[in-house]
This record gives sequence, C-alpha cells and structure tokens, in this order.
Amino acid sequence: MKKMYDGGKIVAGLVIGVGLLMFPFFYNAGRAAKAPDPVLTPKAKEAKECVAPTPYMKAYHMQLLDEWRHEVVRDGERYYTTGKRGDKRFDRKLMDMGRHFAAGVGEDDQIESGKVYYKSLQVTCLDCHSNKSKFCDQCHNYMGVAPYCWDCHIEPKEKE
Amino acid sequence: MLDRALSGSQKYWGWLAFLFVLMAVGFFCYLYQFKMGLKVTGMSRDVSWGFYIAQFTYLVGVAAGGVMVVLPCYMHDYKAFGRITILGEFLAVAAVTMCLLFIFVDLGNPVRIMNVIMYPSPNSILFWDMIVLNGYLFLNIIIGWNVLSAERKGVHYQGWVKTLIYISIPWAFSIHTVTAFLYAGLPGRHYWLTAIMAARFLASAFAAGPALLIILCLIVRKLTKFDPGKEQIRTLSGIVAYAFILNVFFLLLEVFTAFYSQIPGHMHSFVYLFVGLEGHGKLVPWMWASVLFAVVALILLIVPGTRRKLDTLLIGCIAVFLSTLIDKGLGLVVGGFVPNPFDRVFEYWPTAIELLIALGVWATGFFVLTILYKIAVSVKEEVGA
Amino acid sequence: MAIDRRKFLKIAGLSTLFGMSAKAAVDIFAPGEIEAALPPLTEGKRWAMVVDMTKINDEIMESCVKACHQEHNVPDFGDPKVEIKWLWEETYEHTFPGQKHDYIGEKYKHRNFLLMCNHCSNPPCCRVCPTKSTWQREDGIVMMDQHRCIGCRFCMAACPFGARSFNWGDPRKAPKELNDGFPVNLEYPTRSKGVVEKCTFCAERLAKGLLPACVEAANKIEEGSLVFGDLEDPDSEVREVLRNHYTIRRKPELGSNPNVYYIV
Repeated sequence: MKKMYDGGKIVAGLVIGVGLLMFPFFYNAGRAAKAPDPVLTPKAKEAKECVAPTPYMKAYHMQLLDEWRHEVVRDGERYYTTGKRGDKRFDRKLMDMGRHFAAGVGEDDQIESGKVYYKSLQVTCLDCHSNKSKFCDQCHNYMGVAPYCWDCHIEPKEKE
Repeated sequence: MLDRALSGSQKYWGWLAFLFVLMAVGFFCYLYQFKMGLKVTGMSRDVSWGFYIAQFTYLVGVAAGGVMVVLPCYMHDYKAFGRITILGEFLAVAAVTMCLLFIFVDLGNPVRIMNVIMYPSPNSILFWDMIVLNGYLFLNIIIGWNVLSAERKGVHYQGWVKTLIYISIPWAFSIHTVTAFLYAGLPGRHYWLTAIMAARFLASAFAAGPALLIILCLIVRKLTKFDPGKEQIRTLSGIVAYAFILNVFFLLLEVFTAFYSQIPGHMHSFVYLFVGLEGHGKLVPWMWASVLFAVVALILLIVPGTRRKLDTLLIGCIAVFLSTLIDKGLGLVVGGFVPNPFDRVFEYWPTAIELLIALGVWATGFFVLTILYKIAVSVKEEVGA
Repeated sequence: MAIDRRKFLKIAGLSTLFGMSAKAAVDIFAPGEIEAALPPLTEGKRWAMVVDMTKINDEIMESCVKACHQEHNVPDFGDPKVEIKWLWEETYEHTFPGQKHDYIGEKYKHRNFLLMCNHCSNPPCCRVCPTKSTWQREDGIVMMDQHRCIGCRFCMAACPFGARSFNWGDPRKAPKELNDGFPVNLEYPTRSKGVVEKCTFCAERLAKGLLPACVEAANKIEEGSLVFGDLEDPDSEVREVLRNHYTIRRKPELGSNPNVYYIV
C-alpha cells in the first residue's frame, strides 16, 4: 500500500474534527431530553379555539406572528378576523407542509369565523397563554430555539 | 498564489502573530460590547457617532487614494505606475475591509445587517455607500488578483480585466463622494452642511492614501527584494503634495466662510474644535496637533529638496497621515455633533474598550494588507521585477 | 464536458452573487418600495400638535412627560449620556437657539417649552434610513419599526431637532430606584438594546380612537394646553387654533416642515 503523505497529521486532524462534531452525542449519551409537554391555561381551555386552527398554529405560529408584526407596525392594520376551516389561508399552508398535516386537521379544528382579535403577542396571545414557561417554553427549550420576541415584548408574570 | 503567504521570514510571522494578538483582544472586547450594548463606548444621545464611524470615514479615503496610481497609469499612459498599481489595489482591499468592519462594530443591531440588502432604500445614502464600498472591494480583489497572476505567468491579463480597471477609476471617486454625502446632506448639522465636503474628502483622500502608499513602498523596499521604484515614489510624492495643499486650502476656505459671515451655526463647531466652547475643549490640543502636522507636511512636501530625499519624504508622509487621521478620524465627526441641536455642548471621548476594538479592526486590516502584500511582493520577486 | 476546479468555483461564486442581488433588484424595482421612498401624497390626514404656551406650565408639562414615558415604558437612566426621552422640557433659549438674545422678556426667559418629535412633513430622518425602519405614514406620522432597525443611528444624525434616542444598553437594566414598577404599561413592549426610539404621536392609541397620552394628560389639568388634530381637515381644532393665533415652529428654515406648533 502506498504511503499516505502527512498521514500522521491527517489522521490526527480527522480524529479531532470528527470528535468535535460528534461531541454533542457523546456528551448526551445515555440521557433522553424530556419531551415537551405544553399545558393550556384554564382560560385557554375555556376559549377552546385560537386565532387559527390548532394544527395551523402549531406549524405556523412563527409566520403568523411575523406577518402580524409587519401588518401592525408598518401597515397600521391592527385587527385580525378569523376564517373557517375552509379558509384558504390555512388550507394552502397546511397542504404545502404535506398531506400528513392536512390529514390531522379534522372537524374538531373548526374555529368560529368572523371573530376579531387585536393583533398583539403581548396583549392577545399571552392573555390566554399566560403560562409561558409551561407552554411556549416547553417546545422552544426542547428545540433549542430562543425567539428574541421577549427582549422587547413583556412576558406575563407567572404565578408560583 | 495564496501559498506565497504561507512562507516567510521570522519577522513576517512575528508581525502576523503580533497583529493576531491585537485582533484577538479587539474581538473579545467586541463580544463584551455586543453583550452590554454600545453604552460601553463614549458615544451618547448627543454625539451619536464617534470613533468607529470617524475611522470608517478616514479609511474610505485611504481606499479611494489607490486611484491616484491607477488613473495616471491607464488614462495618461504613465506606464511607470504599472509597477505598483497592485500595491494600491491591495491597500484599497485592506482599507475597505476595515471600513466594513468599523461599520459592523458600530451597529446597535449587527445581526440585522442583512436588512440593508433585504429592504433596499435608494433614498438613503447609506444604502448607496454599502453598494459602492462592496463593489469597490470586489473590483479591487478581482483586478488585483488577475493582474498579479497574469504577471506571474508572464502573460498579459485578459481584456475584461481592463474594462474593470476603467470602471474602478470613477468608482474610486464615487466611494468617497458618497461617503461625503452621508454628511453633506443633513440639514441639522451645520459643520457638515457644505458643498465642499465631497471635495475636501477627495482632496484629503488623495493625500492620505498615496502618503500611506509611499510609506508602505518604503517599507517594502527596505524589507524585501522588490523595489517599487524611485520614479514611482517621486511622482506619488508630487501627487501627495498637491492633494494636501488642496486639502489645507479647502479647510481655509471653510474657515473664511464661517468667520467672515459670522453666522453662529457655521462658526460654533470650529470654535469648539480649535478653541473650546463653554469651557469644553477636549479636542483642542488634538486639532492643533493636526495643524502642526499639516504645517510640517506642507514644508517637507513643497520644498523640492525635502520631497526628493526619501527620509524627509517619509516624515512628510507620516505627517500627512497623522494630520488627516486626526482631522477626519476625530474632528470631523465629533465637530458635527457639537454643539447639539439645542446649542448645548456635550463632549465625546472614546473609551478604552472602544479604542481596543478599533485597534483590533486596524490590526485586521493590516493583517489582510500584510498577507496580500506578501503575495504581491513574492510574485514580483519571482518574476524578477 | 470536462470542467476544472477553477471554472467550477467561478461559476458557483457568480451564481451565488447573482442570486443574492436578484432579490434586491426585485425589491427595488417591484412596485411599492420606490413609491414609499418618495414624499407621500397627503390625502386625508396630517396629524399635528399645537402647544399653547399661554396655557401650559411646568406642572402640566411634567404630567405629560410622565404620562408618555409611563405609557410607553421609557426608562430613566439618570444619565444624560444614555438618556432616552420621547417628550421633554427644554428652555426657550435652547429650543429656539436662533431667537435668543440678551433682552428676552420675563415671559419667556428661561421658560420651559415642551418638545417631542415634530413628525415633519419632509423628514430628513426618513430620507436617510437604510432599511426604512423609520418612515412617514400616509397620515403624516413618522413611525418607527423596532423590528427592523439595525441601530446605525443615521436618523439621529439627520434629525435637526435632537428628537431621537438610542438604546445604548438594555432598557430593562435601568436603575430600579429611578424606574418604580418598570415596565409600567404591560400592554406596550419595552425595546431592546441597539434600536432607536422616539415619540410616535401614540399611533397605537390613535388606532383605538384615543388621543395621545400627553394630550390627554394635559387636557385633564388645563383644557386646550395641548391641541392635537388633523391639519387636512379645515374644521379641526388645530386648524382653528392656528388660524386664531400666531405660532412658531422649531427651525422652519431647514425645510423639514415640522408639525408641532407653539403658540407664543
């Protein structure tokens, strides 16, 4: 077999490089992160529906908030009117994501159409979902995302 | 050709290591600033731009100065300059790199920097500044690299490179004109609101850039086997002399308009910078130092005897560099903000962290410059230029 | 077709550059953005404020500043270097530096005036913003979008009136002794470090049909000390007040066309 030039350096480099890449796996070996367990507040349960069907919110709340902040601040459109399950806004996006999402949307995900909400994370969303650490943070922490919304938008003070 | 940068003397590696240490210090200081916010600098509600933007402004001038080598060579057939155009182009690359870094460290929200591209605003001069600066950076990298590698291969560079070179000439003028427009179009800042701002910028650029280039040529001459050439340095020194005379003349024109008209808005900033206003005068000694350097520079550069001798020329060029650095890199920006729109005086002085970050940026620029010059000089030595 | 490494890298690099600039080109030439950059055609509303110096006094002005700063969670750092102020008091000599002289009468000598963003009709700050994070709405309000602001502070340099403040540090870290119960208004966000902020004529209140916080606070104490309304409506209170009184504005000679008037 031919000699590998600088073989020593290459192998050493590979070991270090791959080792660094694989470090998260070694570090977390044998442990499983706790699955996210978002809990609805009594107020949220009572409301029964969000501003859009739940599967849509699960997949698209980020985009919704992004659109909202643009519309509120830049276009001055501060009110949002809900649509029904057949609302093309939700259906098209869900179909984009894949059939399995659309398939999960059933009769239970009907929401009342024509309801008007004030577009505000702080005032509207967190009014129902006031338990940020038990709701929003559950999935965010699991996924390792830290949305910077909270740098400015005030988190509700949670009891206990 | 990058491999040329990987072999060098002890001094070369030592210099790079020294620069790297400064870069590292600057970087860690920047992390602190990123975490704490810009309150760690000396900037305030009233002097909202400071050392970073001032240094950026100065370095755009240095970058533009490279055109003073390219223009005579390509527009006026002064072939002698062909020997050192690469040094001018690589200096421009290093200078623009520093400019972009200074802007980055000055931003309050640098993670959003792509917003300038995502939401283009042609009404904003900053938008155009971003375009022309990045364009100039790419132009110089592409032109410099292609011309150098053609030289190395012993062939003439391809025709499209020449087109780019011709484009780079007015482009160089544009980068500093646009930067001047950042200041010259603001209705509330009377120190800056003058038509001659762009002309002043260009004059000081064409003095400072070639002056630095001469200093670098003399260093290259001393440390390497490549001699940029006596004739080249001599012509450059003439350019520096005239550009600097124009620069000082333009300043005196401003002083005349301000003080003969006796309009407070025009006078106040000059008074603050050179005498002090309401008991505040942090910058006064610095501005007079700039004047002193200017006088030294004028004498050494105008008198043919001192201009032709390399050691006095070196002192003259250093004096030009320091004079313009203080004037543009400190006086211009701070002077524009003092007094503030309420006619009150709030002073500014950079903090230690600010200076260390700025030093880190300068070190980065010189790091890039050293590497690029090493490559250029190695190629020139190789082909026996 | 054989392709060598150099060629491949060249093509890859050029395609990336082309792709990136294509988006920018589409955005520039797409309808809407260019028009937004031009001075808007005012149809309908142009909000303006009149400060009646014959009715207003220090007590009213202090309550206005308090109302504004509490409504919008503006922190007090107690340090002029990093000060944030949307609405503030400044003496006559420093509000109108071109008008001061040695023989000013008792009525206005060292008298406090109430200052805020003038929501100019021809705002230099909007002209210079590279991301349109500050722009002029169709109703005349010069608005701020802190989601987009990159903190370059060009608008601060451009404003001839010193109306803008920058968050040099995290506003939530302002000294607790000076900011009791911060943030006071839980329905309005704070800002983060690194963005510029200023008075927005309470755009969020106007959207609900409420008057700006300062106007409401002032009128509680003295009716008519601050008058707010639509300049385009000839029957509005502001228009009447402007018809019946002599008013001055700050630095009108600069052409920014400020919309805050002072009855003197």
